[in-house]
Amino acid sequence: MKSAAKYASLIVASIVVLLPLTVVFFAAFKTRSEYSTTGPLTPPRNWFNFDNFVTAFTEGRMLLGFWNTTVILAISLTGTILVGTLAAYAVSRFDFPFKRLVLGLFLVAALVPGVTTQVATYQIVKSMGLVNTPGSAIVLFLGTDIISIYIFIQFMQSIPPSLDQAAMIDGATRFTVYRRIILPLMKPAIATVAIIKGIAIYNEFYIPFLYLRSPDLSVISTALFRFKGPYGAQWETIAACTMIVILPTVVIFLLLQRFIYNGITAGATK
Amino acid sequence: MTTTMQRRPAAVQPAPARPAARRRRWLPWLYLAPALGLLITFTYVPVGNMVFYSFHSWDGLDVTMDPVGLDNYVRVFTDERYWRVFLISLYYFVASFAQIAIALYFAVILSFNTRFRNLFKGILFFPYLLNGVAVGFVFLYLFQPDGTLDTVLRWIGLGDQTRYWLGDPDIANISLAGTSVWRFTGLSFVLFLGAIQSIPGEIYEAAEIDGASRWDQVWHIIVPGIRRIISLSFILAISGSLSVFEIPFIMTGGANGTRTFVVQAYETAFQFRQIGLASAMAVVLLLIVLLVTWIQRRLVPDEEVSLS
Repeated sequence: MKSAAKYASLIVASIVVLLPLTVVFFAAFKTRSEYSTTGPLTPPRNWFNFDNFVTAFTEGRMLLGFWNTTVILAISLTGTILVGTLAAYAVSRFDFPFKRLVLGLFLVAALVPGVTTQVATYQIVKSMGLVNTPGSAIVLFLGTDIISIYIFIQFMQSIPPSLDQAAMIDGATRFTVYRRIILPLMKPAIATVAIIKGIAIYNEFYIPFLYLRSPDLSVISTALFRFKGPYGAQWETIAACTMIVILPTVVIFLLLQRFIYNGITAGATK
Repeated sequence: MTTTMQRRPAAVQPAPARPAARRRRWLPWLYLAPALGLLITFTYVPVGNMVFYSFHSWDGLDVTMDPVGLDNYVRVFTDERYWRVFLISLYYFVASFAQIAIALYFAVILSFNTRFRNLFKGILFFPYLLNGVAVGFVFLYLFQPDGTLDTVLRWIGLGDQTRYWLGDPDIANISLAGTSVWRFTGLSFVLFLGAIQSIPGEIYEAAEIDGASRWDQVWHIIVPGIRRIISLSFILAISGSLSVFEIPFIMTGGANGTRTFVVQAYETAFQFRQIGLASAMAVVLLLIVLLVTWIQRRLVPDEEVSLS
């Protein structure tokens, strides 16, 4: 009896999650006239009607959006990993004056919601001449990431310092230790950061919307958002475009489920 | 950076090794420089500038800024357009209680034996991974007149409950807050799930031998065991509900009384070019977030200091 209630609640929750997505999926395959004559819950007549996807790809320049997103993603992720692991190395392997102050600076910064400071940050990015260049998004994704530095510090503390000391006795320099010992051992933490940061960058809307105004610089989020104006009433095209944006997330999620759960837990609790 | 690193403490370093010692003192800063430089440039300098701008009247282009004292702050607190946005945050804040309750319920039942556990876990978590603009469009479609929600309501016999979900100012914020719950429940759920799994299994076994019911276990083992993560969720809920942007911006553009703090700040700064006023709004928001975090740290101190 009790277990029936449990499963009922799970099924209701699943419907609440999946139904809004399913109807958009249906709409993406409907023709213009079919869309206006059938209800949202009616499946499309022809599952192979890819016209809307073609329109979305060509009119919305989705390929350009994917390309721009990929470039920004790749550079930002590499940068985050390098900057973060170097900083974590300094914090966990050196003793230096003002170390607590530096840690405090990182800690307090984690409390400042990025959206609040954008008014002032915009002026700084503008003075650097980066507005309307991919560089703006890249430096901001690098500069606003405190969480990954935490993950790296936490993880590095679990690598025994005796390892690097042994290497240094054998004549390795600090940098060699970082590159040859620390970085390879950090792989799990690097994977965690790459996943959670990667998802965050792929989904980010505010920063590209504010800094990448030119249509040539559209990323996935802003390319999708542009459909709102001229295509306001053409739901079948918007639906196709929405599905195109969601699809990579589904694939990544199905492939990397376990890592994503663990990554989110590791990333959010500290 | 090819210093010869002797593993001797600096105190017993003999005099001739002085240059090496000095280089060693610089070394950690060299590794820290990129992170610290970015942190200061993109977090601390903007916060400082923002406070400075907030006492001036500035359009963001002019070379000169007129000092206006507290005028901007006075406006934020007296002009209804500006303080109203705080009330809108309350919708999202109240909704986050529902979000935490739903997440906790499903985290508990999926921590114990359940058929298709991983499938349900995946379904519940998935919305969190979706692109915010996509979520906005999905729900714009759902809430349309004669759209999905209305069709479903009619189908289950609640046809008279249909309304203008996004057009009616009395209900629009509730629709948007509901969208936000749909989007973020998965995150709370996974955080709770992770925390519950870190409670050793023997504790439940011992409780079961002592005759504790599932309900007792939830109240006396699980909830206290994941206290820290629950309190963290409330912090995220407060700062999250104050900084809502994407959902109202994409779905209604702030129309029908759905303008949130960040939507208003965005318009003030980037459409009406009142940088000073927008900065004052942002400073107020920042102070609220810091205050709330401070209060939370007081109430639920972090027992384990995990840094340094």
